[in-house]
Parts: sequence; C-alpha cells; structure tokens
Amino acid sequence: MTETRSVVIEREIAHPPEKLWRALTQPHLIADWLMKNDFAPNVGHRFKLSGDWGGVLDCEVLEVEPNKTLSYTWNYENDDAAYALQSVVTFTLTPTSTGTHLRMEQAGFRPDQKQAYGGAHAGWKQFFDKLDGVLARES
Amino acid sequence: MSAAHDELFRTLADPTRRAIFERLCREGEKTVGALTERAGVSQPVVSKHLGVLKQAGLVRDRHEGRHTHYSAQLSALAPLIDWTSKMTGFWESRFDALEDLLKRMDQ
Repeated sequence: MTETRSVVIEREIAHPPEKLWRALTQPHLIADWLMKNDFAPNVGHRFKLSGDWGGVLDCEVLEVEPNKTLSYTWNYENDDAAYALQSVVTFTLTPTSTGTHLRMEQAGFRPDQKQAYGGAHAGWKQFFDKLDGVLARES
Repeated sequence: MSAAHDELFRTLADPTRRAIFERLCREGEKTVGALTERAGVSQPVVSKHLGVLKQAGLVRDRHEGRHTHYSAQLSALAPLIDWTSKMTGFWESRFDALEDLLKRMDQ
C-alpha cells in the first residue's frame, strides 16, 4: 500500500480570480513568485520549474479550467529513491465577495512504496536554507 | 518504515552513541581521543561506536597524520524529515511572494 500525504494551504486573496489566474499561468509571472519555468496552460504540456539552488522539477499539466482549477505534477527525480518525490499540485480558485479563496493541495508519495513518505534531499535543504536567507533579508 | 529509517533509528538508539553524535553536531570535528575524554567509556568503545555511526552515514572520518578526525553528517538525517512540513513552509512563503506580485500587477 502506498501512503500518500498532502500539504494543503488556503488563503483569502484580495484580488479577483482572473488576476490570480494570470499569476498562476503566465511564465514571467510564475517566475516572479515561484520559479523559472517554461509553463503553458495546456493539458499534457511538460515543463520544468528551475530553482535558484540548481534543482529542477519535472512537471506536466494535468488540468486547466480557467480561473478555477490548475493542476500539474511536481516530480523530483533522484537516483536514491529515498530522496525522490512524486507529487501533484492543485490550485483551486473560488470567488468571494472580497476577492478569491485560494486553495493549494500538494499530494505526494515516494516512488518506492516501502518508503511512503519523508525525505528531504540535500537540494531541498539548500533551497530552504536559501529561502530562509531571502526571507530574513526581506523582513 | 524503510530499511534506511530502521538503521538510523537503531544507530541512534544507543545513548552513548547518540551522545557522541550529538557532541559532534554541537562542537564540530573531533578526534577519538577528544571524544573519549568526556564519553565515560574507553577509547576502543568510542572507536566502535564511531564505526557504527560511520556505517550509518552519520559521521565522516578524515585522516590527518596519526589522527583521525570525525565529523557529523547531518544530511544523513534527511530521510527522517517529513517532506510535508518542508513544503508547507515553502508554499506559505511562496504565497507571500504571490500576494506581493498581485499588488504590483495591473488590474
């Protein structure tokens, strides 16, 4: 049995879904808040998200429903199965009176079924260390 | 629970061995002699524990002249860290950046 785990983040965004959708689907805007990419909002489109830390995520668009739902795979390959991650990221946008309710769910699992979850590759550690540094400078 | 997890837990289950590992984490590289001074056990016992820690990838040794220096390899603990907690922090910070971007974008 493969144990899956999810990360769910929800936020009230003070902007309409149409605007948020642009930030989620236009490559130069995605690069601004997430990572460099060659995204295109077409189901089946394969793209990469490249972190400043040198790591590259392999992604494939699974679902596109403009202004409502965007889903893509978020896979990190590693020779050591203990460090690899296969996951699916889904953004769900719901209009509210003040803007948009944004829900992000990342559901993932390890390719090796005996290792159902866990693992943070050294690349991730560098990434988060770097992120911490960026956040520290910003605050 | 994977074999890798099992080995890490088994390796760190011994209190003397764990104390040696913790000391290397806190104080950095040490020789067997320096570690023995405060370990409360003999040098051969400390050496044996270091061998087990090395086997599990938790310490690395470096030879310099007659001395061997040991240092902790924190990355070996990575498999024990749940990716979900890392990703939660990641997305929270990215969404901060997203909101910042939205403020800058034209309607």
